[in-house]
Amino acid sequence: MDAILLQILNGLDKGSAYALIALGLTLIFGTLGVVNFAHGALFMIGAFCAVTMQRLFSLSYEVVDETQTDFLGNPLKVQVPYVEGWFGEGAGTTLIDWSVPLAIIATIPVMMLIGWAMERGLIKHFYKRPHADQILVTFGLAIVLQEFIRYFFGANPIQTPAPSDYQGTVQLTQAIAYPVWRLIYFFFSAFVIAGVFAFLQFTTFGMVVRAGMADRETVGLLGIDIDKRFTLMFGIAAAVAGLAGVMYTPILSPNYHMGMDFLVLSFVVVVVGGMGSLPGAVAAGFLLGILQSFASMNEVKSLIPGIDQVIIYLVAIVILLTRPRGLMGRKGVMED
Amino acid sequence: MFGLSQKDTKFLLIVVALTLLTPILLNPFPSESGLAQFNAGYPALMQRFAIYGLMAIGFNILFGLTGYLSFGHAAFLGVGSYAAVWMFKLLSMNVLPAIILATIVSGLFALVIGYISLRRSGIYFSILTLAFAEMSYRLAYSVFTPITNGETGLQLTLSDPRILDSAPEGGSLPVPTLFGLDMNASWTANVGPWDFTFNIGYYFCAVIAILGFYLSLRIFRSPFGMMLRAIKSNQTRMSYTGLNSRPYTLAAFVISGMYAGLAGGLLAAMDPLAGAERMQWTASGEVVLMTIMGGVGTLMGPVIGAGFIKYAENIFSKINESVLHGWFGWLPDGLEDIVVWFFARFVGEGWHLTLGLMFMIVVIALPGGLVEGGQRIARWVRRKSGRETAADETTKPAE
Amino acid sequence: MSKTNYSRRGVLKSGAVAGAGLALPTIFTGSSAAAFTNEPTGSTVTFGFNVPQTGPYAEEGLDELRAQELAVEHLNGIGDGGMLNTFSSKALGGDGILGKQVQFVTGDTATKSDVARASAQSMIQKDGVVMINGGSSSGVAIAVQGLCQEAGIIFMAGLTHSNDTTGKDKKANGFRHFFNGYMSGAALGPVLEKEYGNDRRAYHLTADYTWGWTQQESIAASTEALGWETVQNVLTPVGAGDFSSYIAPVLNSGADTLILNHYGGDMVNSLTQAVQFGLRDKQVNGKDFTIIVPLYSELMAAGAGSNIQGVFGSMNWNWQLQDAGTQAFVRSFGEKYGRPPSGSAHTCYVQTLLYADAVTRAGSFNPCAVAEALEDFEFDGMGNGPTLYRGADHQCFKDVLVMKGRDNPTNEYDTLEIVEVTPVEQVMYEPDHPMFAGGDLGECNDGA
Repeated sequence: MDAILLQILNGLDKGSAYALIALGLTLIFGTLGVVNFAHGALFMIGAFCAVTMQRLFSLSYEVVDETQTDFLGNPLKVQVPYVEGWFGEGAGTTLIDWSVPLAIIATIPVMMLIGWAMERGLIKHFYKRPHADQILVTFGLAIVLQEFIRYFFGANPIQTPAPSDYQGTVQLTQAIAYPVWRLIYFFFSAFVIAGVFAFLQFTTFGMVVRAGMADRETVGLLGIDIDKRFTLMFGIAAAVAGLAGVMYTPILSPNYHMGMDFLVLSFVVVVVGGMGSLPGAVAAGFLLGILQSFASMNEVKSLIPGIDQVIIYLVAIVILLTRPRGLMGRKGVMED
Repeated sequence: MFGLSQKDTKFLLIVVALTLLTPILLNPFPSESGLAQFNAGYPALMQRFAIYGLMAIGFNILFGLTGYLSFGHAAFLGVGSYAAVWMFKLLSMNVLPAIILATIVSGLFALVIGYISLRRSGIYFSILTLAFAEMSYRLAYSVFTPITNGETGLQLTLSDPRILDSAPEGGSLPVPTLFGLDMNASWTANVGPWDFTFNIGYYFCAVIAILGFYLSLRIFRSPFGMMLRAIKSNQTRMSYTGLNSRPYTLAAFVISGMYAGLAGGLLAAMDPLAGAERMQWTASGEVVLMTIMGGVGTLMGPVIGAGFIKYAENIFSKINESVLHGWFGWLPDGLEDIVVWFFARFVGEGWHLTLGLMFMIVVIALPGGLVEGGQRIARWVRRKSGRETAADETTKPAE
Repeated sequence: MSKTNYSRRGVLKSGAVAGAGLALPTIFTGSSAAAFTNEPTGSTVTFGFNVPQTGPYAEEGLDELRAQELAVEHLNGIGDGGMLNTFSSKALGGDGILGKQVQFVTGDTATKSDVARASAQSMIQKDGVVMINGGSSSGVAIAVQGLCQEAGIIFMAGLTHSNDTTGKDKKANGFRHFFNGYMSGAALGPVLEKEYGNDRRAYHLTADYTWGWTQQESIAASTEALGWETVQNVLTPVGAGDFSSYIAPVLNSGADTLILNHYGGDMVNSLTQAVQFGLRDKQVNGKDFTIIVPLYSELMAAGAGSNIQGVFGSMNWNWQLQDAGTQAFVRSFGEKYGRPPSGSAHTCYVQTLLYADAVTRAGSFNPCAVAEALEDFEFDGMGNGPTLYRGADHQCFKDVLVMKGRDNPTNEYDTLEIVEVTPVEQVMYEPDHPMFAGGDLGECNDGA
């Protein structure tokens, strides 16, 4: 029983990341009708916002310490972070310690800006082009973004720990202790998802966007400049992917190709959820996360070897064959 | 000739001529010169051009004609490779049974996957094919290791039975042959400062690729091809006329799967090793990119796209900083370092950046791919010079 | 026209075209039949350095390239000579090899067998290399080793730790300096016994591919010999990213030791997540829970940060060793690049020198002569103490390091400390040991 509860928690956690990425991807599909292969790269850039924050806080000047030596036997140059010099050692260390949560503040504007620039500078010209062209151009963009990150941060995974107060576990029941940060990640995702839905549901802006998703032409005929709103939606989608990335860094040390690892998976999630359906994307994210966790259990694996490797794809096939448009897909979206 | 119109015959003959002269055309630089780095006329790469070109031709029959975008074609390539290597291990080093079995096995595999996946269309179809291919890759990498030899890849060993062949002399592994013609045998011709390598394996691949191209030309021009194009332009209307489109798309899927399997078999025949990564989604994606880059639905486009990507992969990745220093050594020291630093971002470890930029530039500047871009330029030139002649486009898009 | 297997030509040389070629009376002249593949005839000889430059192991590959470039400099007499000064064989004089200057070409393996073989083929067919060196994974090493065997050149493996490389997939033209899974197990055993006793219950997480399996088999065998019990061995998909669903069951399995048979990014993630799950703060069966990472590398240790503190593992070589060879190498590497070399860099550097030395002693670039010179060659001064290149399976036998994550690192390179240098006798095994059985070196191939 405890084992199952633990796996549900793990699944919700995995599912949070899937759901957030898929949510952004669906927003772009649904509003702009663009197949965005660069969405994984946006997730990756979000994660590197946290790394950048950590690096910024740890920007240091060198102090030569004659008492210690480096690997060549020369006097050791000790790095002292500027923030420690400015705010005192205690406050400085706390800032560095909190760089991941603090990065959220920077991530939202940065990702909105990147999203805006991407849409205005590139994607805009591809609305009327075939999906094949969209795939090629966004895939090319993803590679370029990836190589930029690699130039600045290298190819090795980079350790970006959570604040030390949130590194341990919390005792949920007698037998279950669960990492605090994973719980935070789940609640954070739930909060972001709720925020996006509330925004679409309860604001006039959101109403127009929803109307535009359903029937772009009619909304345009009503004299509403839907394009401008869609640009903002692209920014929001990018920010959602970025937030998913920032908060995920303590769980998964970021490296430059993590976006590609999530790309295929998030497409599967979106399609299983049903094209153009936001609730579908979220539901599919959590569903696949939980199923993947269950498939990783030893009991299941000993029954069907290798099931944890293929479960997501197997479920995708079964769902697409039994429900033609995924869990909650609308008719006619991306069907031809 | 060959049941083709005069124009197509001319086109085919041009393709044949280009293919046969490849070893010369791809080695335009003298081998001792600094530009020899850009020569691509060595056997392994020429073989890959032919093989991936063949795969892209097959992929185009499905994607270019019917519009069904398969994201799992690499699985057929992988299955074909495994089948071929098993033939080498069990039966004989002759390449013919290997590539025949590779084609048959991948055709059967495509029949099963296609039968299921074609129940859906659009992106749902793409994801179904992707799911099957990823499952094949992951299982081949881990659980199916007894059949696929997992991460290491399926290889020949000295202890393989090879029932039709006599035991290999000495302790070295046998080489794939075509009735005694070793696939890795080459003749090198030295013409002045140039070296041209003529390799049996390449010509074997080239002949098969030309046959594949001819077949695809016939399909494009046949009533069957017409039907496939009708499916792309309006499937609903087709079903209203009482036609069931499924058998046609399934046939196209199986044919293109067999092309991929044949390509996989040839890969194994040129280099008898079959690895699981051949089936990964990135490999499927590569074929898609090749086709789009060259021009979807054009006859020659996918082949050109395949050539472009393979060229970047094999040539740019090998240019390192010391090569760059060799090229720019004549510049003043400070400037040399800056120039070398700049170019080093695009080659060697940075060759992915070049690839990414190439994708973007092609799709932004040449909508419709390289072939259509070329045609536009040709038309523009013709209009400029005021010689508006009747369209003589050998590579006409499908639509 | 005569029949040869591959053409040969120099690269890197910009400049004038030999005028003599143009003056030839006939247009077609056949190239003369070479005695063996890519026999160097000019004033230079070319090596091929095939390392991952893209993908997850790119950083490791770049470090290998640094070391290989350094090795070429030392062979050509540039710089301070590094390990050439401490190497027990004095055949090399810093004036190239057999009077030929050493050049190199590089390629990208992307840690994929297909890409690695394509790159190696281009080196052999286009650039005319006589030896290929490098790599960061066993799958790639085995694939390229097979290719070099077919083409008739020498393969000097880089980082490859699977038993299979010199076990069931060994080849006459392939040589491995790096240690392997069996040696890791044999070296770790006594240290673990001393540290953790004879009564432990171990839970294995193993990367689901050949390297993971052979390492798990080796480690389980050596820990079971101590009296430890293997509770469970769970195979995890490569690149899983989130290992939580594999780590969670460890908590209530009754195990008190977690052994992570992972490498690279997988190891960084699984270790980090295991620590997050509070495994290291747990008490099971009255013992402190512990984690073991059998194969360490500096780059991965850096990636895992503070999580590796106190975690045991093994290494082929580490820059902190105090022998003269190590010090000479670390000094030249550090002065050129401003950082200490990694273990894989060391292996590639040593392999390049060993090849050059073998050529000089054999007096020929012929792969069969080189192989003969390398087989059963005993040497010292390369950082690992007295070393034997065993002829029966082309595996190096030398001391193995047992490492531990340092508790208070003083700088970014000071992540690991050497716990023990396990003497070579302890990690020795017979060529027909069951974990290595089933292969056949075959005969050396010179491609003629």
